[in-house]
Amino acid sequence: MSGSNDHHGGDMPHSTFKGYMTGFVLSVILTAIPFWLVMADVIKDTGMTALVILGFAAVQIVVHMIYFLHMNFQSEGGWNMLALIFTSVIVFIALAGSLWVMYHLNVNMMPGLMKEYG
Amino acid sequence: MSETTHDTLAGNAERGEPLQFHETTEHHPETGTLLGFWIYLMSDCLIFASLFATYGVLGRSYADGPTGMELFDLPLVAMNTSLLLLSSITYGFAMLRMQANHLRGTMVWLAITGLLGAGFLGLELYEFNHLIHEGAGPWRSGFLSSFFGLVGTHGLHVLFGIVWLVTLLFQLKKHGLIPENQRRLFCLSMFWHFLDVVWIGVFTFVYLMGVLP
Repeated sequence: MSGSNDHHGGDMPHSTFKGYMTGFVLSVILTAIPFWLVMADVIKDTGMTALVILGFAAVQIVVHMIYFLHMNFQSEGGWNMLALIFTSVIVFIALAGSLWVMYHLNVNMMPGLMKEYG
Repeated sequence: MSETTHDTLAGNAERGEPLQFHETTEHHPETGTLLGFWIYLMSDCLIFASLFATYGVLGRSYADGPTGMELFDLPLVAMNTSLLLLSSITYGFAMLRMQANHLRGTMVWLAITGLLGAGFLGLELYEFNHLIHEGAGPWRSGFLSSFFGLVGTHGLHVLFGIVWLVTLLFQLKKHGLIPENQRRLFCLSMFWHFLDVVWIGVFTFVYLMGVLP
C-alpha cells in the first residue's frame, strides 16, 4: 500500500495559501463592515440596516463556501453541490415559511390577547 | 489485507492497467467518506435552520423582560467572531502543512486552532454566565429560550469539534500523517469551517439584528 501514499488525497481538494488568505481577508472585511454599520449607527433606517447586514452575511457565507470549504461543481462528481443546493432550498423554505406563517398568525389572530401577553 | 484484494491487484498489474479497487464503468470518488460527511453537515445545517426559524419567530417576544439591545455586548461578540475566524485560517494553515507532509507543523497549527476554539467557548460561557446572573436565563422569555437554544447548540458543536481535534492530535502523534489521518483531518476541517459559516448567521441574525431597535 506504500505506493498509494502520494496519490492518496487525490479525492480531497487541494488547498493553497493564496486561496485561504483571499478567503480570510474577504471575511475580515465582510465581518468588519456590518459590525461598524450597527455599532456606529451609520444607517438611520432600521429595516435598511437589517437588509444590508443580511446581504453582507450572505456574501460572506458564499466566500467561506468557496475558499474554506472548497465548494465547486466538480468535487465528488457534483454531488456535494447538489446536496448543498437541496439543503439551501429546504433551509429557505423552513426560514421564510416559519416567519411568514407566524407573522400572519400574530397579526391576524386575537390581537387583544397578543397585546396582553406581549 | 485479504487474499482477494491481492489477487485483484496482481491481476490488474499483470494486464498493465492502473490499480482499480472497484468498477471502472462508472466514476466514483475514491472513498465515499468526504461526500458522506458533507451530507451529515447538510443535515446539521437543517438543525440550525430550525433553530434559526425558532429564533426568528420568538426573537422579539420579550415577555416584558430584557431585550437584545439591553443585553448584547457587541465588542464581546466582535471578539468572539474574530477568534472563530482566526481559528478557521489557522486550521487552513494546518491543512497546508498536512499537504506538505509536515507532521510537526500540522500539529502546531491544529493546537493553535484548538486554543482559539477554547477561547471562543470561554467567552461564550462568560457571556451565558453573565446573562443568567442578570436574571436573563433561558427561562425568562421566548426570546431568551430561543437565544440560548441556538447559540448554545452552536457552542456545543464547537466543544465537540475541540474534543475531536484533541483526539486527532493524539492520533497524529501516534500514527503520523497516514492516509486515514489525512482523511480525518479533512473531515474535521469541513466541520470546523461549517461552524464558522453558522456563526456568520448567528452574529448577523441574532446579535447585530438583535440590537437594532
